Amino acid sequence: MNTPSDEAGVVAAIDDARASNTPLRVIGNDSKAAMLRPVQAARTLSTAGLTGITLHAPKELIVSARAGTTMAELAAVVLSENQHIICEPPDLTALLGGASAPTLGGAVAANLSGPRRVAWGAMRDHVMGIRAVNGSGEVIRSGGRVLKNVTGLDLCKLLTGSHGTLAVMTEITLKVLPVPERRATLVLRGLDPVRAVAALSKALGSPYAVSGAAHLPADAAARVPALAWANAAVTLARIEDFAPSVAYRSGRLRDELRMFGDAELLDDGVSQSVWASVRDALPLVGLEGAVWRVSVRPSAGPAVAAAVEAAGCTWFMDWGGGLIWIAGPADAATHAAISRAAGSGTFTLLRAPDALRTAVAVVPPEPAPLARLSRAVKASFDPAFILNPGRIHAGL
Amino acid sequence: MIAQPPPRQNVLDRRDVLIDGLRGLLPPTGVISEALRLKPYESDGLSAYRQVPLAVVLPETTEQVAAVMQYCHREGIRVVPRGAGTSLSGGALPMEDAIVLGLMRMNAILDIDYHDRCAVVQAGVTNIGITQAVQERGFFYAPDPSSQLACMIGGNVNMNSGGAHCLRYGVTANNLLGLKIVTAQGEIVDIGGAHLDAAGYDWLGLLTGSEGQLAVVTEVTVRILRSPEGARAMLAAFTGNEIAGQCVDAIIGSGIIPVALEFMDRPAIHACEAFAHAGYPLDAEAMLIIEVEGSEAEQDDLLGRIRDICNRFEPISLKVSQSPEESLAIWKGRKGAFGAVGRISPDYLCMDGTIPTSRLPEVLRRIGEMSAAFGLQVANIFHAGDGNLHPLIMFDANDPESFHKAETFGADILRLCVEVGGCLTGEHGVGVEKRDLMGVQFTEAELNQQRRIKTAFDPDWTLNANKVFPLLSAA
Repeated sequence: MNTPSDEAGVVAAIDDARASNTPLRVIGNDSKAAMLRPVQAARTLSTAGLTGITLHAPKELIVSARAGTTMAELAAVVLSENQHIICEPPDLTALLGGASAPTLGGAVAANLSGPRRVAWGAMRDHVMGIRAVNGSGEVIRSGGRVLKNVTGLDLCKLLTGSHGTLAVMTEITLKVLPVPERRATLVLRGLDPVRAVAALSKALGSPYAVSGAAHLPADAAARVPALAWANAAVTLARIEDFAPSVAYRSGRLRDELRMFGDAELLDDGVSQSVWASVRDALPLVGLEGAVWRVSVRPSAGPAVAAAVEAAGCTWFMDWGGGLIWIAGPADAATHAAISRAAGSGTFTLLRAPDALRTAVAVVPPEPAPLARLSRAVKASFDPAFILNPGRIHAGL
Repeated sequence: MIAQPPPRQNVLDRRDVLIDGLRGLLPPTGVISEALRLKPYESDGLSAYRQVPLAVVLPETTEQVAAVMQYCHREGIRVVPRGAGTSLSGGALPMEDAIVLGLMRMNAILDIDYHDRCAVVQAGVTNIGITQAVQERGFFYAPDPSSQLACMIGGNVNMNSGGAHCLRYGVTANNLLGLKIVTAQGEIVDIGGAHLDAAGYDWLGLLTGSEGQLAVVTEVTVRILRSPEGARAMLAAFTGNEIAGQCVDAIIGSGIIPVALEFMDRPAIHACEAFAHAGYPLDAEAMLIIEVEGSEAEQDDLLGRIRDICNRFEPISLKVSQSPEESLAIWKGRKGAFGAVGRISPDYLCMDGTIPTSRLPEVLRRIGEMSAAFGLQVANIFHAGDGNLHPLIMFDANDPESFHKAETFGADILRLCVEVGGCLTGEHGVGVEKRDLMGVQFTEAELNQQRRIKTAFDPDWTLNANKVFPLLSAA
């Protein structure tokens, strides 16, 4: 495995791979190896050696770091200025069975966002600048270190979520925001998925700036220590802000949700623990089989839940019902049921044995014009198709 | 005159035949070819640049757009998409051999879903039209560019438009869920939908802000948000740019993210006050307009915290609005800034760079030096929270030398923005205006990477070939 310690080393590794027409498996700390399709490549290029914060300008809400910096280190550095990474990226190490700490490069390459996504945007919404090396060994920058930038095509968004198939990111600049002073969570107990999503929709459609909206059926709630007391399905709505605002809004929201039951109020500490569990998909950790994420319009969430439950899967919902986390049998029939249930939404196979994820489409196949564009855009970055071949789609 | 790519002679030679062909694809009033009626389309919000197009087509459906694109693809006709024509960077400037593809007749709101908090609208719906359609239920569409009364959502998508409130709500890209596009080859493709974060490449993110280079946008699925309970503004004026900048830092540093944080320098304060009589302090060097949201009590709490912070910087004026009417008065001058500058100068260029906010005092000082050197007045308006700077350069368009100086001054300001770590454009786009400055910000390898993406979508460079990228000498 090649783990260069600077960008020039990444360029050299790519130049060498291209000259010898050798595909590269591109990784950070390899904590997401179980995701998507396995990459068949003779060599591995890791960005884990590119570490360190390169710029931290808290007053400008900006932090830059090399791609191999761990998310834990980055989070600690921004927390030292009482700021946080806005989209609340999950740490899926336990879920995916990875042994090592996720890196910034990996989190961005996978566009992973947590519960706050529903109110504050995805990882891709907060990537302000990227340095990367394309498949021709050229250093490409996009964006920069300012919050507002429409100069040229937005390669930051294109590279975010591209899973290392277009270019190898070496340095990333994120927007950050102040950590809210206080958090509180309203908990409704015993709702079925349809009523739960209706309640979450009402919460998210309220003026009270709800920043987390999840529903855990009873079995999922029972696996979260901080929710075990509920002994029932739980529907969660979070409010984060200055303390007086949190007190006021949680009271008002409680009144507005009265038709769904009498909401309990979780305090700051318990809220943090509960949302960390939702973020990292704790209700699915330790379950056998495969893991999927499905994203649909929130009102379609309950139907997805019903369909996957009928297929023998365990699930819970985030993003107001729009994100359904699923664990179930690692077989093609279950995968087919889940991809059908996703309908016009989207799905990602997050964890499965190599045999399954080699055999099926791990994300929805694209219609012909988009598949053609995917291929042409891939070729525009990586003409020899050496970077993470087949990671997202077979043959790409 | 701005340089244009060499026209395709075989298109110019066949003009009448090609226009007949386009007429066959569209409703009877859908093709404009008479010289007098083409005139209004010769320029957009950057009126210094003009070019009458070959023809204008006004489709009413996505299928008609697809038919036009297929035809243009087959016949080698260049296409310039256009919404309301409010671009300040020449984003809709025609070419002699190009048709203008106007989306303004596609102005229907197709679906509003309050449960899933999204709306599907055609490209020609105005920005304010979306908010107007949902406000009776207490919702709004967040991005609010100054041109929001006129500008259309299709143009907003293509320019990734911002506004005064993006510090809190983000820009267009952060408020979209899906698009219906027509490719350069005339295929209709749906991107995204009502769900978040489609797997695969982020086509939605790439297309947003692509300035009509990659595809034609015909429908947009936007997120709609519930309006806050209320909003209120305050005004704080200071004796210097540095001290106002320190105050901005202190507000952000305290953990407060106001929904708007606007900075005006002395010339801007004077111009706006003379125009709007908003009660701005004329002895101030710099002024901030700060807006917060929430219930009355929440507004009081936040404005109280901000007032305490401002007081640490010895403001010469501090006015906390006590009512929506007073907030409106505070905003009135700022929102009338363009008209205000238009009143004291026959013409002005509205520039749009972004800088790291910490460099503001230095950048304003150097802009002041340039202003003296060029002999042209400039007023600066700054979205202080996100670093987006709008210098308004005043000149006289009837004097060619004055216009040339203004252009050079503007380009020098944008070079300065890049030099201090910022960028050429924060929200107006590159268009034709900043096309030839792209080399200041990007290396040739970076520009070529972007050009190859353009080619992947549009192999014949049919779409907007005169924008964004410096013209290749071979072109």
